[in-house]
Amino acid sequence: MPIEFETPKPIAQTQFVLKTVAEEMMRSKSRYFDEHEHEIPWDYIEFMHTAMKAMGVGSLAPKEKGNGHDGDEKKEKRPPIAYQVLASQIEALAWGDVGFYLVTPGGGLGAAAVQAAGTPEQRAKFLARFAEEKPTFAAMCMTEAGAGSDTASIRTRAILDEKTNEWVLNGEKIFVTGGDKSFTEYEKLGKGFIVVWASIDPSAGRAGMRAFVIEAGTPGVRVTKLEHKLGIRVSDTASISLVDARVPFDHILGSPTVEKTTTGFKGAMATFDATRPLVAASGLGVARAALEFLKEKLTEHGVQVRYGLPRQKLTNIEREVIDMEIMLKSAWLMVIKAVWMADNRKPNALESSMSKVKAGDVGTKITQKVVEILGPLGYSREFLAEKWFRDAKITDIYEGTGQINRLVVARQILDYSGKDLR
Amino acid sequence: MYSFDPTEEQQMLVEAVNKYAVNDLRVAARDAEENHELPGKLVSKGWELGLLQASIPEAYGGFGERSAVTGVLAVEEMAFGDLAGTLAVMTPSLFATPILLAGTEEQKQEYLPKVIEGDWAPYTAALIEYAFDFDPNDLKTTATLRDEEYLLNGEKAFVLFAKDAEMLLVYANLDGKTQGFIVPRDAAGLSISDECEKLMSLNALPMYRVKLDSVKVPAANRLGGASGMDFEPVLASMRLAAASAAVGVANAAFEYSKNYAKEREAFGVKIAQKQAIAFMLAEMRTEIEASRLLNWEAAWKLDQNHDDAATEAYLAFTGAADMAMMVTDRAVQILGGHGYIREHPVEMWMRNGRGFAMFTGLAIV
Repeated sequence: MPIEFETPKPIAQTQFVLKTVAEEMMRSKSRYFDEHEHEIPWDYIEFMHTAMKAMGVGSLAPKEKGNGHDGDEKKEKRPPIAYQVLASQIEALAWGDVGFYLVTPGGGLGAAAVQAAGTPEQRAKFLARFAEEKPTFAAMCMTEAGAGSDTASIRTRAILDEKTNEWVLNGEKIFVTGGDKSFTEYEKLGKGFIVVWASIDPSAGRAGMRAFVIEAGTPGVRVTKLEHKLGIRVSDTASISLVDARVPFDHILGSPTVEKTTTGFKGAMATFDATRPLVAASGLGVARAALEFLKEKLTEHGVQVRYGLPRQKLTNIEREVIDMEIMLKSAWLMVIKAVWMADNRKPNALESSMSKVKAGDVGTKITQKVVEILGPLGYSREFLAEKWFRDAKITDIYEGTGQINRLVVARQILDYSGKDLR
Repeated sequence: MYSFDPTEEQQMLVEAVNKYAVNDLRVAARDAEENHELPGKLVSKGWELGLLQASIPEAYGGFGERSAVTGVLAVEEMAFGDLAGTLAVMTPSLFATPILLAGTEEQKQEYLPKVIEGDWAPYTAALIEYAFDFDPNDLKTTATLRDEEYLLNGEKAFVLFAKDAEMLLVYANLDGKTQGFIVPRDAAGLSISDECEKLMSLNALPMYRVKLDSVKVPAANRLGGASGMDFEPVLASMRLAAASAAVGVANAAFEYSKNYAKEREAFGVKIAQKQAIAFMLAEMRTEIEASRLLNWEAAWKLDQNHDDAATEAYLAFTGAADMAMMVTDRAVQILGGHGYIREHPVEMWMRNGRGFAMFTGLAIV
């Protein structure tokens, strides 16, 4: 297909619905949950679960359909767009509230890891639950107190107990997005799981890293803390401790044996190639919310932006708005290109990380600039601009900080390994 | 649907343009800049790639159809070789493409075959004016209708190849709107400066001031005839040409400084192994990609006659001008002292880089 920028129909058709959801179910509650951290927005969770079921969408995680994973043949040969659809939905929901979007039931990053690194049997076993009666969550546990972006220094250990054929996990995980809803057994929620990254052979470094699916309620695993954050407060960020947690043998994602290669670790990183542009999309959703709000306020106050004029003739506010639009539009196109590549099974490590670098910059810059231009209106908690400023900051941090993504981009363009460029 | 794959034809074209850019334009660029002259053969060779010819239908002597997407792909690739050479090769488009887009049937019949049938010939256009607040939509050069003729008054700057031009497309303000007028170079009242413009870059290109002192233009020579033309898509196409050339030049600077950083050693490692340098390169590459995609989308919208195509082209252009300045500046910075020496091309690209903000009107896709 030649170069084309027509929004695919399945995306265009859902935009209106998502906007309504964003306004009615998210924006209207944004302030309340920002000020009541750790309360759970049951109305939103139940509404979204019902709505997604009605639409036949079990999970926000990329599904097997149209993704080619399970080799199911489509009736017509249409180009696959599952990731494009997902990125667009996330952008639209994050436009409503990036914290609420994280509390959308479904598999999240946990399911994405199963989807990317699991066997067909594992996918069948772990992913079916998201389409069932109760809303269900899954989370990814990677970060530790001593290992953030440097995921290879993860200390959590998994040892095979050959008598029972179970993995025994020990360690402490922090910053688990949705960890509480995925692991703690609430009456209103279905049984979720967490995907825990651990080493099966510390002497092998990255080659020894594996992910394990741990069912909610597994003995030995405990949510020990819920963080208090700058923004996205409606989304829980949990610390999870594992003390002799026993996990069935077939809950390991990837090979149970260690060869002296880094394929296991690269599997984990491949998950991020798929999910980075999605997180980028969420950052751009907040940024668009802020920019649109600014433009509304400017219009209310009779300030017009005169597109088409040379820079020298523009006012400062016009220049700022125009620059923000350029940033936002181009960052979105980078996201779309990265997910389009994922849909078409093109290696997208470079594009995926570039989209995250750009969106991280754009999300923070636009929300910061909007608060500045709006002055006291921007700083006041009467409006949501100040909240978006706080919310957007996370998008330049999680799923790889802007700096770690610059490193990934640099290694790609320089054709350097991690050793060449540390 | 979204798609980012150029067609096979486009890929072949881009490859051909790339060969010319790297093997011919790039090789000649430094001498051309220093000697203030582009070799004639160099320009004819670029002309033989047939970019303009392929954008004009058979009915007017060409062999294709105009596509802004193809245009931005080709311009970016050619400017990767050298900006001055690219602008020279494409100068006849400045005259022909607006006629193709906005001319009457008679104007197309009369002028298009002339421009494209033979060798490269200096057909050109005059848009830019010498004023800090120059605005293509608010020209100081005026056109006034008198006795079924238009009188043109004013002064144009940066007019490519004006001295040798056979015909010029002169843009002037007619009742507040920018309109085009086809003017022969020897028209009475039209005078061309003796000396070339002296600019910060593009010294290889002969550019002139053109004075218009009550130049009489027959009504038939108004672009689009009696009802005139819609300048918006023409301006958008000019902005996209500048924007895609900006991406090409930036990419040249990026690649060159990247390769240098992988060779140059300091403190026992290649400087590219230092995050201070590596991060600059990562950001350069990221911003180039951002601009390129915005260009592609704007070009696609232009081809589709989208309502917001002109605004998109404006945003793409504005962003590309900033991007090119940032990237070319950093390329010089990465080379350090060597970047400041004229033996390396990066200083020239940095001078090019600053220019894109004011290059609207020097090329069109």
